[in-house]
Amino acid sequence: MTASMSQCLMQMVQTDYQMSDYQSEIAPRWCAGCGDNAILTAMQRLCRDEQLPPEKTVCVSGIGCSSRLPHYMNAYGFHGIHGRALPIAEGIKIRRPDLNVFVTTGDGDNCSIGAAHWLHAIRYNMNLTVLLHDNQVYGLTKKQASPTSPKGLKSNTTPYGAALNPLNPLSVTLGVANVSFVAQAVDWIPDLLYEILRKAHQHRGLSFVRVLQRCPEFMGHRFDDWVRDPMKMRILTHSDGLRLKPEVSRVYKNQETHDPLDMPRALAIASMQEEIPVGILYNDPSVPCYDDLRAGERPNTPALVKTVLDEEFDKVGIWPDSADPAGSTE
Amino acid sequence: MTSDGRQDFAGTAEFRHDPDPTPSRPRPAEVLAESIVEIVSDSGEGAQRCGQSLAAIAARMGNGIWTVEIIPAEIQPPHRSVAGASGNRVRFASGPVTNVGDAADLVVAFNEQVLLSRLHAGEIKPGGTILIENAWQNDPDPAIVAAYAKVVAGVRADGYRVYEVPMAAECQKYVPDPRKGKNMFVLGMLCAIYSLDAEVARAQVRFIFAKKDQKIINANLELLDAGWAWADANLDLKYKVPAPPVAARQVVMNGNAALALGVVASGMEVCAMYPITPATSASHYLSSIFEKVGCVVHQAEDEISAATFAIGASYAGKCAVTITSGPGLSLKQEALGLAVMAEIPLVVIDVQRGGPSTGLPTKVEQGDLMAAMFGGHGDAPKVVMAVSSIEECFYSVITARKIAETFNMVVIILSDASLATAQQPFERPVFNPDWLAPPINQSAVPEDAKPYDWDARTGIATRFIPGQPNGMHCLTGLAHDRDSHVAYDAAINEEGLLQRSRKLAAFQTTLRLAPVFGGDDGDLLLIGWGSTKGAIEEAVTALRAQGHKVSSLHLKYLQPMASGIDAVMKRFGKVMTIENNWNDPKDDPLINDDNRRLSSLALLLRARWLVDVDCWGKARGQPLKPSAIMQAALAKLETAEGEQ
Ligand SMILES: Cc1ncc(C[n+]2csc(CCOP(=O)(O)OP(=O)(O)O)c2C)c(N)n1
Ligand code: SF4
Repeated sequence: MTASMSQCLMQMVQTDYQMSDYQSEIAPRWCAGCGDNAILTAMQRLCRDEQLPPEKTVCVSGIGCSSRLPHYMNAYGFHGIHGRALPIAEGIKIRRPDLNVFVTTGDGDNCSIGAAHWLHAIRYNMNLTVLLHDNQVYGLTKKQASPTSPKGLKSNTTPYGAALNPLNPLSVTLGVANVSFVAQAVDWIPDLLYEILRKAHQHRGLSFVRVLQRCPEFMGHRFDDWVRDPMKMRILTHSDGLRLKPEVSRVYKNQETHDPLDMPRALAIASMQEEIPVGILYNDPSVPCYDDLRAGERPNTPALVKTVLDEEFDKVGIWPDSADPAGSTE
Repeated sequence: MTSDGRQDFAGTAEFRHDPDPTPSRPRPAEVLAESIVEIVSDSGEGAQRCGQSLAAIAARMGNGIWTVEIIPAEIQPPHRSVAGASGNRVRFASGPVTNVGDAADLVVAFNEQVLLSRLHAGEIKPGGTILIENAWQNDPDPAIVAAYAKVVAGVRADGYRVYEVPMAAECQKYVPDPRKGKNMFVLGMLCAIYSLDAEVARAQVRFIFAKKDQKIINANLELLDAGWAWADANLDLKYKVPAPPVAARQVVMNGNAALALGVVASGMEVCAMYPITPATSASHYLSSIFEKVGCVVHQAEDEISAATFAIGASYAGKCAVTITSGPGLSLKQEALGLAVMAEIPLVVIDVQRGGPSTGLPTKVEQGDLMAAMFGGHGDAPKVVMAVSSIEECFYSVITARKIAETFNMVVIILSDASLATAQQPFERPVFNPDWLAPPINQSAVPEDAKPYDWDARTGIATRFIPGQPNGMHCLTGLAHDRDSHVAYDAAINEEGLLQRSRKLAAFQTTLRLAPVFGGDDGDLLLIGWGSTKGAIEEAVTALRAQGHKVSSLHLKYLQPMASGIDAVMKRFGKVMTIENNWNDPKDDPLINDDNRRLSSLALLLRARWLVDVDCWGKARGQPLKPSAIMQAALAKLETAEGEQ
């Protein structure tokens, strides 16, 4: 057997990853009924179906209930600091095109303390899959209003009701230069969540997925109306878009064929109030990626470093009698 | 001052004042041990290039040099304004020069307003020589004629030795626009005054215009020769600062360029930064060369992003670097705590400026030592080192990267605004492949290995890098155990604190204290850190020449500090730090021993070694001058025992 054949076989053996290969030894500690559980399962399903080697997979997060996700994945994880998941992930990706990098962030993490990084991450359009776990409240710190909380929400910092209209993460993202992939999912339709995640992962560039996530602990029945009434969910379909299982299609009949390059319609969908849109709002695979643009043209080798240092030293050299000054610049 | 005993020459030059110099015969040059020259103009008139070239020629002839830029306070200051003075100070000597020195001996001013700016700043030696463009006396604007006449009469009355030079008129004989060319005329003049080598000067002119066509090179050579001839014919100034011939190849650059080249030489591959004066020029230069070695300078959206981006890059690959100044360091603090907690190597370069807040963006201060050591919350041990010369700017980055990667630690390099733009020659580094980081480890992690398998002796754990099979774990800024599992258990938390602290102790045992400068014992020990080294040692040399038993100790590592400092301190009657930062004045009626706020290093030395360390320093945004340090040392020598 040749070496390459044996390597090939080894790979075949190794790539048979099961769901359990992506589950860490730590059991999730989210509240019962917390939407984060469904998101974790969808991620693990995706890794299994795409057969992503755990050592080549990195889950990055900030701080919050949702940001605990990397601890529950058997992969490389980076549970960072509040609001900074995106720049950490960018740093990881800049020299490591071989890694699959997922970012988990909360609505406080991403849309409040980390808002500057959010806008710029969209503009950099690096190859990252970003999941915004939007429960419309600060969970970990026990119920304060977040930038996406509905107006009037009674929370510990807004006992008489939140004063402002919420920020809309979808329309904000759609408005940033170089946006290349924007989708929305909900934790209570796992098949679609998985399907959207799969599309996001396949996208080259930054894919931004807002997941409406239930927080039974602090947001009680926030999404009950939509959970109970499938007709209040609008499913976005397209020939090149989501694959709808027949059983999903049968339940969620309120469907719209949406061209993911149609920005005006995407913006209109993003602002829907009565219905919750689910699917891919925008997808433009042609937007260049910062990590591709900044990829080194040549590898950093000792010989190259020596050459460049010598070139630079020549420019500022003080030459002893034996050496000709002008000669060094020619 | 020179280290070879030639400082005896200092000040022996006797100036003969001849207000109306007549064409002279070749005269013997007066020998000087050193000279400080300033060339000032409106920005855009090329005084900077003139000064840099003068320095390069002197350096080429074997002189020690130190140059600093004179930077206008505004980007586009009005012409002929005090605020617009732009140029260069060149200090050159028979031996090595380690600092900017005291007041200038000779200044060339392209107009009287920029001259005023230097006089107001106290940068010109009383009785010093002034060469000034005289075209203003015939200006069509009577206000300008009057202003010029008033200043020239004033400085003459004050005892300066003034020469009015027809720079524009002479240059017009060779180039249509004297504004573009005056600087080479002045360069020729200065080369003549200081008896520099004509061929070396011509080679320098050819070198700086090497990319231009021959016509331009020839015109500039003509201007150089013209300035030379004019000075020889019309000035009674003829000096020589003798120097041994250059033996080894040298390079001359400023501190920020040296830092940037150090980054390249260290093998780091990612620099994430956000623009901030006076650090930015390091990143500018790095941006122009880093891609050539396949690496990236990332201009992040803010400093928090720059720091966390660098941390991400370090985590997934080779140690990365972030370059900043005070306000940026403040913003990065939470991220640095994360790197400490998760044990991710990181190099941080802080080119200090005056603070707090936006402070003095272009001016020097050693105000960030405490922020570097203790700026973040909680116990976050990091290595803090300070550079004291241009050469150290280069080598320190290489060392810092190694320390960071060996100990999985944050290493902060403190430079400052004075080193950022000061130029000094040093021996051309010879590339050594050992400087570079090894390729990142992608081999499988042994079955039972844990991500925080702290070594019982050193506290060091081998980090697992994404891509390594079996190494999967979730790194976290929360308290964690050896598996990197979140743990709030008291014992586990304490173990993490201990191990992170232990690494600093392990590193400390590798440090060697620098030798004491001067004598091993005596009446007064001065202790400094960072860019003040040259000025302190120059002051010590002068004090010892006067018979005072003063020595100095300069610290490169501030955290941890090398062993042996206390033993040195105890061999001296008094100990005082010299720092370019704030301390409360003792003579203020409100200030007493209970409330006097001390300079940073003094506070640290007192705290660790229970030694009665006093401090002297200024936070005026300017480098400390040797003469001021001498005064402070003399005053300290005179104080009674026990008196602070
Ligand atoms: C710098 C900083 N400020 C504040 C906090 C406290 N904090 C932790 S998580 C959080 C908000 C979490 O809300 P969200 O991002 O929506 O995540 P969720 O818990 O709802 O998943 C806050 C304010 C912190 N850890 N760090
Ligand atoms: S508080 Fe809310 S978001 Fe946090 S774990 Fe519980 S249900 Fe989930």
